[in-house]
Amino acid sequence: MQSSRHDAWVGLFVLLGGAAVLFLALKAGNLLSLNFDATYQVSARFDNIGGLKPNAAVKSAGVVVGRVDSISFDDKTFQAKVVINLQKATLFPKDSSAKILTSGLLGEQYIGLEPGAEEKNLAGGDVIMQTQSAVVLENLIGQFINSKASDMGSAAPAAASGGKP
Amino acid sequence: MMALATRIGAGVRLKLADVGASTRLFFGLLARSPKALARFVLVREQVFYLGNRSLSIIGVSGLFVGFVLALQGYYTLQRYGSAEAVGLLVALSLVRELGPVVTALLFAGRAGTSLTAEIGLMKAGEQLTAMEMMAVDPLQRVLAPRFWGGVIAMPLLAAVFSAVGIMGGWLVAVPLIGIDAGAFWSQMQGGVDVFADVGNGVVKSLVFGVTVTFVALLQGYTCKPTPEGVSAATTRTVVLSSLAVLALDFMLTAMMFSI
Repeated sequence: MQSSRHDAWVGLFVLLGGAAVLFLALKAGNLLSLNFDATYQVSARFDNIGGLKPNAAVKSAGVVVGRVDSISFDDKTFQAKVVINLQKATLFPKDSSAKILTSGLLGEQYIGLEPGAEEKNLAGGDVIMQTQSAVVLENLIGQFINSKASDMGSAAPAAASGGKP
Repeated sequence: MMALATRIGAGVRLKLADVGASTRLFFGLLARSPKALARFVLVREQVFYLGNRSLSIIGVSGLFVGFVLALQGYYTLQRYGSAEAVGLLVALSLVRELGPVVTALLFAGRAGTSLTAEIGLMKAGEQLTAMEMMAVDPLQRVLAPRFWGGVIAMPLLAAVFSAVGIMGGWLVAVPLIGIDAGAFWSQMQGGVDVFADVGNGVVKSLVFGVTVTFVALLQGYTCKPTPEGVSAATTRTVVLSSLAVLALDFMLTAMMFSI
């Protein structure tokens, strides 16, 4: 093994580069929050998932208990089928319900799990029965305009009959 | 009319010959790599000259790019009331684009030119021919160690650039502007994926390292063995490797992040 007088400096340079990659992965990236804990899969059907994406958080009482694994469209029921990986350590009753919620006003969407009351717990392959869809802004506005329009519709004849006796 | 056709034909033939010669050089380098890597002390010397000696310019540029990104990002983001996301903006821009690209451009100017000039002068001084006369393969003894030195040094330099840039962004955002340090880091960690962002950035810098080092070696090895030839080759190294890096960056980004 030949050696040269620059070996120590080259070694330091390589270590510095390694430290930089490590810094990027740990401090700037999400390597620490990647967990390889054992999980179990449950699925849920939603009428509308809004902007939910794979890898979105599943929270219960605000704590992350799992992640969305995959989202697909079921053409039998015309609903979205969402597969969720829940951490093995967290158990939920069989009649728990799932909601699609939004963090903040315009933030990203996540699934909120609310525990039910049943004795038995959810196990791998189970389906969450009670679900609540995402709130879609356009539908809300549509409902608002409809209700306004029907208010106006019922008010307008009265005003017309009031204006001309 | 005939003269025009002749000119076009000759031009195409010459360009094709260039492409063929550079491809042959590239595969020649790869074929001689095992033997060159076996004598690793030569590669280490080159990592020192190409890598260690570029650290200061890379570090200082990274710091200032981080400063500027944080200032400009803050200016735009605070209009939308999300100044905390400046950490995410700085980290994503650096890790995905600016780290590999700016490092490659600086590396072409700092290390690529010196490679071209060194090899061009060796050729002009007939040192390469002398080596061949002594049955020493110049590709294996001179070019391959420099190639691997550049390929090893470039991703490390790009990682240092990004890391220093993020620290520069922190310096401007947290102590100077007064953004909450916890929000700065947590936004960054929430948005930067290790494999999709950091990993692809490393892949990019590796590709750029191969590109810049190879262009520099090719220009030096094929330059005219005169003072004018060496100076023209050095200029071409900077122009061609910068253009190649920018074009490759677009293609790599389109492939990696299109989904």
